[in-house]
Amino acid sequence: MTHAYEVSRFLAGLMLLASFSLLCQDRLAAVLNTFAAQAVLLSMAVGWEAWTQDRPHLFITAALALGLKAIIIPVALRRMVDRLGLTRGVDKVVGVGSTLMIGLALTSLALLLVLRVTASAESFTREGLALALAIVLLGLLMMITRRSVVTQIVGFMSLENGLILAATGARGMPLVVEISVAFSVLIALLVFGVFVFDIHDRFEGVGVEAIERVRGDRE
Amino acid sequence: MRESLVLLAGQLVQMVLVVLIAPGITGVVRRVKARFMRRRGAPIIQPYLDLIKLARKESVIAENASWLFRGAPYAIFAFTWVAAALVPTFAAGLMFNWAADVVALVALLGAARALLALAGMDIGTSFGGIGASREMMIATLAEPAMLMVVLTLALTAGTTRLPEVASFLISAPFAVRASLALALFAFLIVALAENARIPVDNPATHLELTMVHEAMVLEYSGRHLAMIELAAQLKLVLYLSLIICLFAPFGKAAAEASPLIWALGATTLFLKLVAGAMMLGAWEVSIAKMRVFRVPEFLGGAFVFAFIAILLAFLTGEALQ
Repeated sequence: MTHAYEVSRFLAGLMLLASFSLLCQDRLAAVLNTFAAQAVLLSMAVGWEAWTQDRPHLFITAALALGLKAIIIPVALRRMVDRLGLTRGVDKVVGVGSTLMIGLALTSLALLLVLRVTASAESFTREGLALALAIVLLGLLMMITRRSVVTQIVGFMSLENGLILAATGARGMPLVVEISVAFSVLIALLVFGVFVFDIHDRFEGVGVEAIERVRGDRE
Repeated sequence: MRESLVLLAGQLVQMVLVVLIAPGITGVVRRVKARFMRRRGAPIIQPYLDLIKLARKESVIAENASWLFRGAPYAIFAFTWVAAALVPTFAAGLMFNWAADVVALVALLGAARALLALAGMDIGTSFGGIGASREMMIATLAEPAMLMVVLTLALTAGTTRLPEVASFLISAPFAVRASLALALFAFLIVALAENARIPVDNPATHLELTMVHEAMVLEYSGRHLAMIELAAQLKLVLYLSLIICLFAPFGKAAAEASPLIWALGATTLFLKLVAGAMMLGAWEVSIAKMRVFRVPEFLGGAFVFAFIAILLAFLTGEALQ
């Protein structure tokens, strides 16, 4: 039984690593591939959970993660990138080194926070929750350190990977909620897509500088 | 009394052994690389012959070289030799095992590196200076990662002394340790950088503007060069046996062992070293060298790996069990 915990911790740790890897990728194609890899890891983690804890409905979650986030969303984003003819480089606000340092600080924060707050809870849930919170925070960090809309979308999706990981660790999350979350993410992708194309048509670019100009943040 | 004599003898055997096999391991790496490139390659004993040839030759020294330039090769070799002799290789519990602390090893190698950088700058050629500056840049990035790896091991095993870490890892029940796996990755990256291996530096060429280690030793010749080459080969053996000791310690002779079991341990060690050298050769032919300014990112990766390893060690309670 302890080995089951170790394997799921290992998979969650690999997901965290994929989040860090997302933060330091230079090219859009690499970002999308890393995101797909993280989704595959997520579905493996959820599937392992389903198998060892004998909670068969989690297999559906795993299949959803694999189908939607490892295949459909990366392919859709890839086509979006191709159609918009985006430059393949990733536009970063903060350099790789400082982003990684901030990421490490956020990870430590997440771990310390969860371990402190949930001192009385069951040990496995705490560890999974701490790693999931770290992944969520790294997704947020990715959203705020990128200028291109596509990488911000990837940041949002990887944040959502962390949420699903957390939901898997917590017992009693109804299947209906999980499925509806999964589909709402897909719908979010559609909405994002419509907006991205619209923004691209109107401002001839998908950087967020245009918004800053409207708000008066920048001369 | 007799027991401690045996342990002392074992320690001496280890000291001699690491020096004897060091050129051979480098020969294996070069041979494997040549075979992958469909060349025949030099025989495995070629590094020995090179060393003998260099030791016989006259040493040409620049006019403005100071005593530092002359003394540095011997001091570098001595530091590296002591460090290599301390790593538990074929047996635990040898005479000076109490000194085999990872932090001490890092300090010994750091001293050797500082001397090499100083010697590189001593003559005042531009190559020596650029090599020294790059070596120091790599060192400042690699050492934090290395210390993080050490801390992970210390948290897991409760000590930084190598023999105790190794025996803890042998005796502990089987477990999927995520933190140690990450620490291994970080350590591999650090080891590649420290040994001037391919993604960071190219050990096989003198004629590149991107060289690091070779640029520093460019002015050395004769017996001085032989000392420096041997020290570099020893360092490779040291890192290989450190990896073996920390991450694949099975088959090592225990503390209260007889010479027969030592021989068995030495055989496994030898096989593992050769396997490690072959993997290094395969790795080196399969990737390209990266630009010098990409190296910080590569080593930053090692730092991130090691940091997450520590966090996981804390998180999962692998620490201090």
